[in-house]
Amino acid sequence: MPVTEYKPKIVAFCCNWCSYAGADGAGSARLSYPAEVKVIRVPCSCRVNPMFILRAFQRGADGVIIAGCHPGDCHYTSGNYFTRRRMTLLFSMLDYLGIERERTRVEWISAAEGAKFSKTMNEFCATVAALGENKRLEDLRCKK
Amino acid sequence: MQRIGVFICHCGTNIAGTVDVKAVAEALGHEAGVVFSTEYQYMCSESGQQLMRKAIREHKLTGVVVCSCSPRMHEATFRKAASLEGINPYMVEIANIREHVSWIHKDMKEATEKAIILGRAAIAKVHLNQPLQAGESPVTKRALVIGGGIAGIQTALDIAEAGFEVDIVEKSPTIGGKMAQLDKTFPTLDCAACILTPKMVDAGQNEKIKIFAYSEVEAVKGYVGNFNVSIRRKARYVDETKCTGCGLCTEKCPQKKVPNEFNMGMNNRHAIYIPFAQAVPKVATIDADYCMMLKTGKCGICSKVCGAGAIDYKQQDEVIERQYGAIVAATGFNPIDAKAYNEYGYATCPDVVTSLELERLMNAAGPTNGTLLRPSDNEHPHTVVFVQCVGSRCTETDERGKPYCSKICCMYTAKHAMLIREKYPDTDVYVFYIDVRTPGKNFDEFYRRAVEQYGVHYIKGMVGKVTQNGKQLRVQASDLLAGEQLHIDADLVVLATAIEPDKTARSIATMLTASMDTNDFFTEAHPKLRPVESPTAGIFLSGVCQGPKDIPETVSQASACAAKVIGVLAKDKLTCNPCVAQSDEMLCNGCSSCEKVCPYGAISYSDKEFRGPNRTTLIRRVASVNPAVCQGCGACTVACPSGAMDLKGFSNKQIMAEVDAICQ
Amino acid sequence: MSHSNNATEQVLRSSGVDVRKCMRCGKCTATCPAFDEMEYHPHQFVYMVEKGEIEKLAASPSIYKCLSCFACVDRCPRGVEPAKVVEAVRLAVIRQQGQNHMKSDDIPALLDEDMPQQLLVSAMRKYSK
Repeated sequence: MPVTEYKPKIVAFCCNWCSYAGADGAGSARLSYPAEVKVIRVPCSCRVNPMFILRAFQRGADGVIIAGCHPGDCHYTSGNYFTRRRMTLLFSMLDYLGIERERTRVEWISAAEGAKFSKTMNEFCATVAALGENKRLEDLRCKK
Repeated sequence: MQRIGVFICHCGTNIAGTVDVKAVAEALGHEAGVVFSTEYQYMCSESGQQLMRKAIREHKLTGVVVCSCSPRMHEATFRKAASLEGINPYMVEIANIREHVSWIHKDMKEATEKAIILGRAAIAKVHLNQPLQAGESPVTKRALVIGGGIAGIQTALDIAEAGFEVDIVEKSPTIGGKMAQLDKTFPTLDCAACILTPKMVDAGQNEKIKIFAYSEVEAVKGYVGNFNVSIRRKARYVDETKCTGCGLCTEKCPQKKVPNEFNMGMNNRHAIYIPFAQAVPKVATIDADYCMMLKTGKCGICSKVCGAGAIDYKQQDEVIERQYGAIVAATGFNPIDAKAYNEYGYATCPDVVTSLELERLMNAAGPTNGTLLRPSDNEHPHTVVFVQCVGSRCTETDERGKPYCSKICCMYTAKHAMLIREKYPDTDVYVFYIDVRTPGKNFDEFYRRAVEQYGVHYIKGMVGKVTQNGKQLRVQASDLLAGEQLHIDADLVVLATAIEPDKTARSIATMLTASMDTNDFFTEAHPKLRPVESPTAGIFLSGVCQGPKDIPETVSQASACAAKVIGVLAKDKLTCNPCVAQSDEMLCNGCSSCEKVCPYGAISYSDKEFRGPNRTTLIRRVASVNPAVCQGCGACTVACPSGAMDLKGFSNKQIMAEVDAICQ
Repeated sequence: MSHSNNATEQVLRSSGVDVRKCMRCGKCTATCPAFDEMEYHPHQFVYMVEKGEIEKLAASPSIYKCLSCFACVDRCPRGVEPAKVVEAVRLAVIRQQGQNHMKSDDIPALLDEDMPQQLLVSAMRKYSK
């Protein structure tokens, strides 16, 4: 079966204290996940503006994942609760925009959960790859 | 335009094994703004850093990108090296091509591609980096401890030991707190007063410690290093400096019918009183609610008998202002009100008492002088029933109880049961338990001793109801292991009531902008790794105000808390994290969204004048961030509807640039 | 040990009780005025439903001895509501007998010396809708 290999573009926002450290943990333990995942470090998952996610989709990302500390473990006490609410709201709007809900995800990954980081990224990549290439969100303001 | 240098680290073969470092250096060298690009075996080594410093000098670099291991590893190293060459340390960005690339990908082509993309993202970010200066603020070298129980006393003593001034603010007339009311302590059975009162005396005599008893914190302003606190010194109607604590006034006072709170209202005191013999400060206080002189103007006996002339009926509350570098909350706890538990008859049967009341009944300085007598008829009880978990471990929605385990009840009940069996071997003691929780040094041994040596009857089950039955109490309970319902005729029933944070804790937390959980316990900065700090900088937690604790735990936490406070006070200046939020006043519309989400209370609003059209001036309400308090989480940046709020070092533009570079 | 079966599910659904909330303190049983009459006691109802042992409960006269006084519901610190479990088991038995809806005319035929009157009240409350 000839397959032209499709490689999704995936942006992962990881909070500095838990999930970024979890990603480092996955690296130290040599737990592989697809190279399509690129991590952006943010101080807290609550720093992730829904705007960033839309921007990623606009620029051709196929999936966006936000990873933060487990509820109750946030370095900044309550940041991940904001994330949870904001993203729930955003995700419900993505359906409306015509972007599949499965292309976004919020995960809680602690600094000790390298294995979870790798497993989550593998799963997420598989999910996004199965959905195929994303429809690019068009920015009407600067239509060329 | 930045002049950016890119440095790719081989990390031996850790990176170079799977990433074609030469190709990465080549590719990134063509990026806009990059004037220098190279690779080296170990960038973090001394020679690697020299290589970087030389390049900064020779190529007049303004920004640096290092493609190496995780920034959690060597970000500080490279920032320091760059700053030695006069570049602002925050102009350095790390692309993590080890943990996130070479260690997880096996295919060289794939790994190299990803390394280039991560490098591009870092370059894109550096283009937008701004030099950041870590701010500094001075530190007032004095600490405030709110609450004078064992937690507050221990924290204050430890801080004073390190040579810093400490003030204790205690709302009751004496320090000592709940521990002063206890009879014996588990698991060693040494007397609480014998170990507590020397500490109270130490605190009272220590020249570094100033005790504001009968005082309350009224307002807190400022931030870590520079708190300004208003303390209300309530009128005692006694001059603290003159009173010698002789107690003559308390003997002569004709108003003798005031419930004695120190003995849980089980006997009476006078209107002018010293709570207990070892009180610190040992000064009399007039209870304005009962004093005849203050109420009707007729009496004045205490004034007449006072040889020191300390009585001052005209004394007024006084509000003083003091400056502090750090504040410790040690507000403690109270047992919950057992009156809501109709089924246990606490409100109706005098012989149903709480454990704290039993402490007083067994204490030599208590209402019965240490002989265990039941309150109704002063008879010696022959059957005593203890009920555990009264108000602990209920559902979240329970109106009467608390959802948490109060932690200390299992042990103090074992202590009470043991003491009663020891003093009065003719007494039958039953303890109804759900679980017996004894995690602690020598705790389980202690509980087993109560059962095995002292013959306390531990019954797995709960008491369903307690009713008065003549002179006795009829206790109906279940014995789950035997599958029976028991009916015991008891003389005394003791309720192990749950403990809850002191009622004043909520208002104090609001003043301190320290966060609390739904049960009004103070929240710690991190539940595992920063257990004695509040998330609000400069606020520290000591004792039960943070969660249920026994005495040894409270004392260790109090000392840990003192160590953290000393860490703040020992600094001459506090360096702030420069990656903090910043509000653009021109964009801010004064909506307060940011203020509401800020967990640290770092954002405040003020009215500012702006130039309007046609030479008019406009006054607008705008947000400003206190950089000494902001911790840089960024919650406010997303909440801001007008885009006025941004986070330095992780600005909207920088993160967008990274997104763009990755999605290219 | 869990025998997840239809009967258990039916009891859980019709009672609306989350039996896993039980912390096994036994306050329900301590408070139960019908204790001496019952073979299985309130806390055992909760525990046995959790284990899926509905048949034993259904066969026991205990289901008719419960007074439906709701003392156990009132006193339970975890909000488990054992009386509702008892009632649900009772209901399951009655329904099995083909008497899904009880009419007031049927009551005299069901009356029996041992049956507490409050059970009827409780049953009416449940069926009269």
